[in-house]
Amino acid sequence: MDAELILRSVLILGGVGLVFGLLIALANQKLKVWEDPRIHDLEELLPGTNCGACGTPGCHAFAEGLALGEQEPVGCTVMGPDDINDVAEYLGVDAGEANRRIARLLCAGGSRQAVQKSDYAGVDTCKAASVVAGGGKGCTWGCLGLADCEVSCTFGAIYMNDDLLPVVIPELCTACNDCVVSCPKDLYVLMPVSQELIVQCKNLIDGDAAEDLCSVACTACGKCVQDAESGLIEIQNGLAVIDYDKNELANPKATSRCPTGAIIWLEGAQFQESPSELRMEAI
Amino acid sequence: MSALLSFKSGVHPPDEKAITAGIASRRLPFPDELILPLSQHLGAPAKALVQIGDRLQRGDMLAEASGFISAPIHATAAGTVKDIALWPHPNGGSVEAVRIKVDPYSTQQTRPRMVPRWEDLEPSQISDAIREAGVVGLGGAAFPAFVKLNPPKDQKIEVLLINGCECEPYLTSDHRVMLERAEQVHTGIRILLKGLGITKAVVGIESNKPDAIEAMQKAAPTDLDVSIQPLQVKYPQGAEKMLIKAVTGKEVPSGALPSVVGAVVQNVATVAMISEVFETGLPLIERIVTVTGRGIKKPGNWVVPFGTKLRDLLDQCGGLTDDAEEVVFGGPMMGLAVGNLDVPILKGTGGVLVLSKDECKQQEVMPCIRCGRCLEACPIFLNPQKLGSLARVERYEEMVETHLNDCMLCGCCSYACPSNIPLSQLFAMSKNQLRKISS
Repeated sequence: MDAELILRSVLILGGVGLVFGLLIALANQKLKVWEDPRIHDLEELLPGTNCGACGTPGCHAFAEGLALGEQEPVGCTVMGPDDINDVAEYLGVDAGEANRRIARLLCAGGSRQAVQKSDYAGVDTCKAASVVAGGGKGCTWGCLGLADCEVSCTFGAIYMNDDLLPVVIPELCTACNDCVVSCPKDLYVLMPVSQELIVQCKNLIDGDAAEDLCSVACTACGKCVQDAESGLIEIQNGLAVIDYDKNELANPKATSRCPTGAIIWLEGAQFQESPSELRMEAI
Repeated sequence: MSALLSFKSGVHPPDEKAITAGIASRRLPFPDELILPLSQHLGAPAKALVQIGDRLQRGDMLAEASGFISAPIHATAAGTVKDIALWPHPNGGSVEAVRIKVDPYSTQQTRPRMVPRWEDLEPSQISDAIREAGVVGLGGAAFPAFVKLNPPKDQKIEVLLINGCECEPYLTSDHRVMLERAEQVHTGIRILLKGLGITKAVVGIESNKPDAIEAMQKAAPTDLDVSIQPLQVKYPQGAEKMLIKAVTGKEVPSGALPSVVGAVVQNVATVAMISEVFETGLPLIERIVTVTGRGIKKPGNWVVPFGTKLRDLLDQCGGLTDDAEEVVFGGPMMGLAVGNLDVPILKGTGGVLVLSKDECKQQEVMPCIRCGRCLEACPIFLNPQKLGSLARVERYEEMVETHLNDCMLCGCCSYACPSNIPLSQLFAMSKNQLRKISS
């Protein structure tokens, strides 16, 4: 093999490379899309969990919204107050009005409170159990306690207590909606922490029939309706329903005569009357 | 004799029919209370026409159909409406139900009725009468029966197939219908043939019921093209699409109805019931239910009024044995486990199976070894192995692309799986989740 051949190949390949390189350099100049450099910086400041709790598809989209002024820093429910301040300072804007929401379970009928009519044996997820005679619980609306929500929670904010009820740790919950989607009985709602009066029941049966199934069921007796400010609570289809548009009227008095404790005044986490060692571990 | 007709794939579970096949059906005494859910059929729930305190005679309509695919519901015994409220349903939810306190002094005679001669009716009048009588498919799915008499105008129906396969293990209610009511089944076939405007019918019966084949052959008419076709014993021979494939050789395309290949399928018990509607004028208020399994003291076949609580029926059969473990509505392959003994017997309940501890030993679930037995078993050629692994990780949309919607939950894959993976439960769960997502 002679030297000329080697030289020629090097030149041809090098030349081709040079031409394409120039083309790419040209394209880079001509077809450039300008992006606000702050978006990149903001994304660095955001938690990067892409949980979607803010209502955008992920952290990049939220950062774009921030840069355009369409989002407020408090829109991110995952960041703590310090991180939100960092973002607000970087943008030189106000952090915004925080209306923090967390997930609440509308059932307090755990293994000690609710009647089990039959035992389920099989794939141990709530979703699988709910297609086998509804899971075997007497109350067909109640929590099955097989922890689909605990598994679904990205932030480790849910643990199962001794009654096999999921407890949402308010400090860790980001209202990302994952537990809401995971629950086959649709027992979770995301609600502002300012809504402290809660009916922890979804059972539509009323009277003794409801209490026979669960000791903490709403029996639709109507005592809370009388005790609360007028118009705040209404009995609908065998369940006390709170009109949260009138939340400022709410006070703990409504819970005072509830015979089963289905309606409660809640500050902090749910189901604290049965503390668990797990909670200690989780925090 | 040439090989018996059948379809590809399927499984051969032990049939266990000897427990009740030889026991003639008997009428169950009327219970004290009846629970009649407004949703006993596929489609929209019926709309209640009665109020608390109303007195009803046996056979009176108490709820009307509320849409095209819906069915009215009738009082199954004379009594007083006690309550209209939510009641546990065998599917695990709670649905609106009419509770009737049965009048203990009533003779349970029905009101005198005008019964039109079906021979003089137009096809549309036959369909309307079947609709008014609340007749639904008694094979299990409880699909309103009149709908099948009104196929799309552009599809020509050539043959009426009567499903006497009863391929589910343990169940013998259809078997008893064919033995005890063969004449009625044939009258029903005549009525349906008139309603459809055709002359050809084939009754498919699995060859493990030679006495039923003989009884049906003996009663067969000579003036019509009605033949009795023995079929190979294989599960799920009684599935609509499998029966069509076995008898006509045609395959119903994915997502299509049997009318596409010119066939209409009705279960033998439904056909016998249709004949009764035109004989007595009575609507659908009772059916033969097989109570069987090794967890019940006195298994048998019973004529049960709908709305009878499971508890009352089991008491009538001597109660549960000490090692009774699980109660199932339907057969062991497709039946639904029941979680509450207060649920009522519904139009679609052909059997109550009480399994003993030995019969429902829970097997340890092992990882999939990719042996392909589920693929060989699936009668509609799906890939249960792939569907199962997608279900485990909740990738439901991909399951739809893998034809989950064609799955009829027959349970062949679960039965065939050497690793005991509960595939059909996972598919039922996925279908449930998909319904939830789309709503």
